[in-house]
Amino acid sequence: MNFSELFKLSGLLGRFSPDGKCLASCIQHRLVVRDASSLQILQLYICLDQIQYIEWSSDSLFILCAMYKRGIVQVWSLEQPDWHCKIDEGSAGLVASCWSPDGRHILNTTEFHLRITVWSLCTKSVSYIKYPKACQQGMAFTKDGRYMAVAERRDCKDFISIFVCNNWQLLRHFDTETQDLFGIEWAPNGCVLAVWDTCLEYKVLLYSLDGRLLSSYRAYEWPLGIKSIAWSPSSQFLAIGSFDEKVRILNHVTWKKITELDHPATISSKKTIVYKEVEKSPTVDTERLTFPPTRALASSLFSTQSKYEISQVPVSLQYIKPVADRANPKVGVGMLAFSADNCFLATKNDNIPNAVWIWDIRKLKLSVVLEQLCTIQGFQWDPCQPRLAVCTGSSRVYLWSPAGCVVVQVPGEGDFQITSISWHSSGDSMLLLSKDNFCVCYLEREEV
Amino acid sequence: MGDWKAITVPVLSSDSKIIFPYTSERKRSPTSMNTQVLRLSLPSPKNMHSFFGAFCTEENLEQSISYIDRELTTMGFPSIYAESKGKELNLVSIINCMNELLVLQHKNLRAQEEVEIQHLKLGSDMDHLQNCYAKLKEQLELSKREIVGLQERDRQLQSKNRNLHQLLKNEKDEVQKLQNIISSRATQYNHDMKRKEREYNKLKERLHQLVMNKKDKKLAMEVLNYVGRADGKRGAWRTDKTEARNEEEMYKVLLSDYEQRQKQLLLENAELKKVLQQMKKDIISLLPPQKQKPKERSEDGLVLSDQEEDIGELNKENMWELSCETVREQLTNSIRKQWRMLKNHVEKLDNQVSRGHSGAWNEKDVISREDHELETEKLELEIQQCKEMIKTQQQLLQQQLTCDDDTTLLLQDCYLLEERERLQEEWRLFREQKKNFEKERKSFTEAAIRLGLERKAFEEDRGAWLKHQFLSMTADCKLENVTTSSDPDIRLVKSASRQRKPPSVLSPAISPEPCQISQYIAQNSVASEKPAADNMPNLWVESDDKEETE
Repeated sequence: MNFSELFKLSGLLGRFSPDGKCLASCIQHRLVVRDASSLQILQLYICLDQIQYIEWSSDSLFILCAMYKRGIVQVWSLEQPDWHCKIDEGSAGLVASCWSPDGRHILNTTEFHLRITVWSLCTKSVSYIKYPKACQQGMAFTKDGRYMAVAERRDCKDFISIFVCNNWQLLRHFDTETQDLFGIEWAPNGCVLAVWDTCLEYKVLLYSLDGRLLSSYRAYEWPLGIKSIAWSPSSQFLAIGSFDEKVRILNHVTWKKITELDHPATISSKKTIVYKEVEKSPTVDTERLTFPPTRALASSLFSTQSKYEISQVPVSLQYIKPVADRANPKVGVGMLAFSADNCFLATKNDNIPNAVWIWDIRKLKLSVVLEQLCTIQGFQWDPCQPRLAVCTGSSRVYLWSPAGCVVVQVPGEGDFQITSISWHSSGDSMLLLSKDNFCVCYLEREEV
Repeated sequence: MGDWKAITVPVLSSDSKIIFPYTSERKRSPTSMNTQVLRLSLPSPKNMHSFFGAFCTEENLEQSISYIDRELTTMGFPSIYAESKGKELNLVSIINCMNELLVLQHKNLRAQEEVEIQHLKLGSDMDHLQNCYAKLKEQLELSKREIVGLQERDRQLQSKNRNLHQLLKNEKDEVQKLQNIISSRATQYNHDMKRKEREYNKLKERLHQLVMNKKDKKLAMEVLNYVGRADGKRGAWRTDKTEARNEEEMYKVLLSDYEQRQKQLLLENAELKKVLQQMKKDIISLLPPQKQKPKERSEDGLVLSDQEEDIGELNKENMWELSCETVREQLTNSIRKQWRMLKNHVEKLDNQVSRGHSGAWNEKDVISREDHELETEKLELEIQQCKEMIKTQQQLLQQQLTCDDDTTLLLQDCYLLEERERLQEEWRLFREQKKNFEKERKSFTEAAIRLGLERKAFEEDRGAWLKHQFLSMTADCKLENVTTSSDPDIRLVKSASRQRKPPSVLSPAISPEPCQISQYIAQNSVASEKPAADNMPNLWVESDDKEETE
């Protein structure tokens, strides 16, 4: 495993290009495009204001930089560094911006979710989508990029509009039986749209591409409902994580629950492996101590090493009782992700913030629990293999695969608190992001 | 009871007072009969005289006699008077009467004793019964108290139960109430939310209008130049045709997805059907053949016929390709039937085994437990023996292959010693044979020499004879050759001897010659044997030579 040096970053804005060749990162108002393997600077662009959001176009030729405060989106071309494009929303303001799947249209959501403006880079046309819903995931594109579903709300009722991305024609418009739609997501096969309601109401609706309601699922009525949803890559399963600390998995044939995955604080099953991260004090070679101490030595003295140990079952995990009278309590399954080969599901229960639960989907059983020292900030599956990278806000990166798991300390001076991980599309390298820096980690083929 | 004293006949006295207390005493205490009896039977010796004296005195003698007579006669005794009206007493009858009275007294006393005994018995019985009665009463009391206690407890538990039920009901009611509250609050919130949302929408609309109207800042896009489409095609106008095409495409996508799923399901179905068929075949093969069990046939004859039909139908290759309802049902039904039959069969076997434990064996094709056990024992023994054999063989092999150096050397030495002895044996044999051969050679050479000599003699004779003949033939001519005849003999002998060493005597001449010859031959033979000896192991040749040299 090789680590690159730390580079400056702001706003956790570091992205690999979809074709994997370049890496874009932002420092305040500068956009730096580097080569993905050598990290040499290829291009440097300067925007008008502090960049809040960047996104690569699907063909990796353009990058959009959104500046919400100024309401401006600037688009840069990699092929032609002289080319420039600036989209100004004016007094409408800007809340969100994204590319369309063909890489030639930019969808801007104006302030107060007044409308979504579709700007075209090819033609002069502008389209508007009215009454978009102000929710977490109001817009969803199918994986093949053909269709877009937008959640709308008119007259206190939720609707869904399905557009054809080619020409932005409205294909279907139907209402949903939700109280207050919270999010929509397409299945990877592009034929089913999952729509779920706000957390006050546990309801998942499944609509076919042509707008028919296929099924609706409701696990219980009154307590807080859905917190997170994930489709399996084969579209066979829909995993629903809810506030009652359980994950319910629906199957695509009958859309009925096939299993409930519970997240108790005590793990007693003998077949589960629990990896516990333990600190090991650094061994200091007293003969090599010099005065004044070198920086590397100092950092190595103060940085704590850690390693994984297998804990004997039964294990009781650190459980945090949620505060009773706050909204959006830190309870329930807040993070869900399927592995790329559809065999594993990684979840995080927010009551037990230090643990990552890895479920074997073929057996529908808990296979591994990773217990970390700090709160899990995020995890990401490798896009090619069943390999999970976890970050906890320390300067260590944790990798798990069915062969085992490993802790890797990012070498370097100073504090590097990793809060986000992003894999390269080939699975050979990882982008580790912290508040002020980023680092690229290169993995060898035989690793883990 | 009392001690019996001899009672003297009391003297009659006219004092009848004593009699009354006697009788009155009797009446006074009927319960304390014992003491009274004693008192009755034992008038105290003090009163004896007075008592006996009180009845009869000198004055009322005749009266007392007549009184006694009267009493006796009323009692059935004969009169004590000698005659009916006379005043003379019949002593004999008096004595008899007295005797009778005594006997009566004895009888009475005995009866009294018996009565007393019975009385005592009854008394003890009654005591016993009274004790029992008292005990039973106590028990009754106890059980009554227990019952009361249990009843009390029962009552308490019932009341507790009622309380708990009540609590449960209360809780349920509360829960229901809370749910109602929640639902009502939820509706309230929804209502409020809707109201706020409507207000918000209105604000948005207003804002939207303002934003659209203002247009001071150009909502515009500045682009250096427009970029071509990603797929290189030109943009198209939105028309109905495009709409229709969109719909078409969408349906195509959906249909392709469904088709794919259906294909997968078909494959799965086919596999499952194959598995079911396989299972069916296996089950059929597991079940015992139906012909040998007439019992079973009678039980489910109908089932069998159906089953055979099913087998006939469904074993056809083309049939399982169909997926129509009836075929599917038939398959599953037939499998269920087979499974049931298999289950029955297994149950029967279990029963047989359990029956076999008791020892009733009628079935031919079931091996008896003892036989089975014997077989297993035999097999185990065999296995044991084989294992032991294998072990020993392994050990031997081990020894041969991997011993340590000392043993290998020893072994090698042993082997070598063996060989050496063998070789020595052979060597001995060989020497014997050599000796024999030498002897034979000797004899042969002797024979050859003899033969030579004989030939020579013969030649000489022949020569002599020829000469003689010649001479005789030419005797007439000359007699000069007579002298030469001996010369050829001598010459011949000389020549013969020149070839060999000059002999003095023929036989001794021969013997050293053959000796020498034999020596020569022996040397030759030794020389010839030497290379033969080289064929033997070098070790031994060398040691032999060494021995020889030593």
